[in-house]
Amino acid sequence: MDAQIWTYVMVGATFAVYIGVAIWSRAGSTDEFYVAGGGVTPLANGMATAADWMSAASFLSMAGLISFMGFGGAQYLMGWTGGYVLLALLLAPYLRKFGKFTVPDFIGERYYSKNARLVALICALFVSFTYVVGQMKGVGVAFARFLDVPFETGVLIGIGIVFFYAVLGGMKGITYTQVAQYCVLIFAFTVPAIFISLQMTGNPIPQIGFGSTLKDGSYLLDKLNLLSVDLGFAEYTAVDSDNLVNMFFITAALMFGTAGLPHVIVRFFTVPKVRDARLSAGYALIFIAILYTTAPAIAAFARTNLINTLSERPYKEVPSWFSNWENTGLLEFDDKNGDGKIQYVADQSRNELIIDRDIIVLANPEIANLPDWIVALVVAGGLAAALSTAAGLLLVISTSISHDLLKSYLKPNITERGELKAARVSIAVAVVAAGLAGINPPGFVAQVVALAFGLAASSFFPAIILGIFDKRANQQGVMAGMIVGILFTATYIIYFKPQLGGPGTPDGYWFGIAPEGIGTLGMMINFFISVAISRLTPPPPQEVQELTEKIRFPRGSGEAHDITIH
Amino acid sequence: MSPDKMKSYWRKNLRYLFILLLIWFAVSYGCGVLFADSLNTIRIGGFPLGFWFAQQGSIYVFVALIFVYVYLMNRLDREYDVDEK
Repeated sequence: MDAQIWTYVMVGATFAVYIGVAIWSRAGSTDEFYVAGGGVTPLANGMATAADWMSAASFLSMAGLISFMGFGGAQYLMGWTGGYVLLALLLAPYLRKFGKFTVPDFIGERYYSKNARLVALICALFVSFTYVVGQMKGVGVAFARFLDVPFETGVLIGIGIVFFYAVLGGMKGITYTQVAQYCVLIFAFTVPAIFISLQMTGNPIPQIGFGSTLKDGSYLLDKLNLLSVDLGFAEYTAVDSDNLVNMFFITAALMFGTAGLPHVIVRFFTVPKVRDARLSAGYALIFIAILYTTAPAIAAFARTNLINTLSERPYKEVPSWFSNWENTGLLEFDDKNGDGKIQYVADQSRNELIIDRDIIVLANPEIANLPDWIVALVVAGGLAAALSTAAGLLLVISTSISHDLLKSYLKPNITERGELKAARVSIAVAVVAAGLAGINPPGFVAQVVALAFGLAASSFFPAIILGIFDKRANQQGVMAGMIVGILFTATYIIYFKPQLGGPGTPDGYWFGIAPEGIGTLGMMINFFISVAISRLTPPPPQEVQELTEKIRFPRGSGEAHDITIH
Repeated sequence: MSPDKMKSYWRKNLRYLFILLLIWFAVSYGCGVLFADSLNTIRIGGFPLGFWFAQQGSIYVFVALIFVYVYLMNRLDREYDVDEK
């Protein structure tokens, strides 16, 4: 069987499983639709959270980014895992005790204001939508490259699949599908890494393998440093001291953004108890860490293999995967000095090879000469990662519309069945809208996703933290903080992102902070304004202060329940 | 529960949070970013230490921190009789 057939088989089989799971676990009530009836075990919830969290960016792009950044790539590794510590310690248990369905529910109730809820609702929709568009694009790219269909058709297939199980199953269907998707994606990510680690270092555990010795007895990382320096690049493991402030801010923006993303937070409403919310954040991070500690190993292996395979090699003798990727335009060779050999060096005027960083994970098994079924497995894994994240985000969007907007604002006495129907209709509309936006996205995927993190960090994170830990925080303060925080961050990002039409250049960065890291500053501004204005205006009413007191103690959490209408 | 007891429960919770988050900060932003350069002079196996903290160690510590927190809080909840039955 060739790689093409293997790909059809793998993708077809995994999709059949997802649809089967969705039918088996479809939702019958709003409770099941929004929070899976609050009855998901911490272990299953941890797996689903991990699949929900790890998107096409984590699966397909991250190892490639690290491969080309070396030490600096750690900002993604720490940034996208460290947020779970904040979630487990500062948010999850309290929000579970609060026991409502959504983040705007919490903001609206804690800050006793429909306007605060509306601000939160708009932020949630904005953040989730920018994020989901990136996922739909990822699905389209993966289909287009490996099933040989046009990009648009790829996106449409993705819409069809997500539509089916998200509309049918709601949170319950999505949760159990995500458990299956986690298994597929983690298998697909680690198997090639184990093979390559064995091949290069003789150690089957990639996390240890990339700190071990090669066949010639030298340490892999030493060898990689040497190779990099020979070609004029910086040492792979060396710290770029000029970039430390920027790295600090980007890492922080990703961490606090993680802890403020509505589709991640809502996960902790689905477990039965406060105790389970804490534990389930721990399980989620273990499942995420398996991929996140493997990724830097893949990055180092791929970089070493790439240089060894291609550097100074006559162009006529390149392996077949090289020509395949050349056809997609993601790999380019330009024989500048006309010697017929590939010069891959840091000096741009002499460099003859241009490699798109996104192809590293997909091309890695081919570079290492692994069998065809592993290549197919990686494609199925990438699709699982993109689809699971898209489904989780779409659910947040639909909940925001049917629950936060329709039920809480427009039609408070809507029946349970009516609300469930509205939730299904709005998720259907959201899937189609996201798909269409994915076919024609505003700017590049990575840029759009970076925007989502900055916005989440600068809007939700302070509002929720203060809602739990500062009894004095009131609606005036927090609303002002959220609005100023998100406006500041969005303005800075748009100004300094040429892809979004901004006129700014890197020379103008404040303190050298790139747009990806500015959410950290936006968050600090939000905190400062929220606290200051809260102190200058009247304290929240007695009953709200009692509510704040109540969520601090686990006893009496009960199931997630419907909101009382003010 | 009496107000005094509630205050003392909350204070202990905050103290756990403070200590755990201090470790969280020190490992990631300290060892993994700000002091990574100096730590790189030390090696464990094939890894320069700063590089290892940034790309591996900090993640292991994050996982450990959450489980330590779960253990501490479950114990505290029982001690103050606010745990869920």
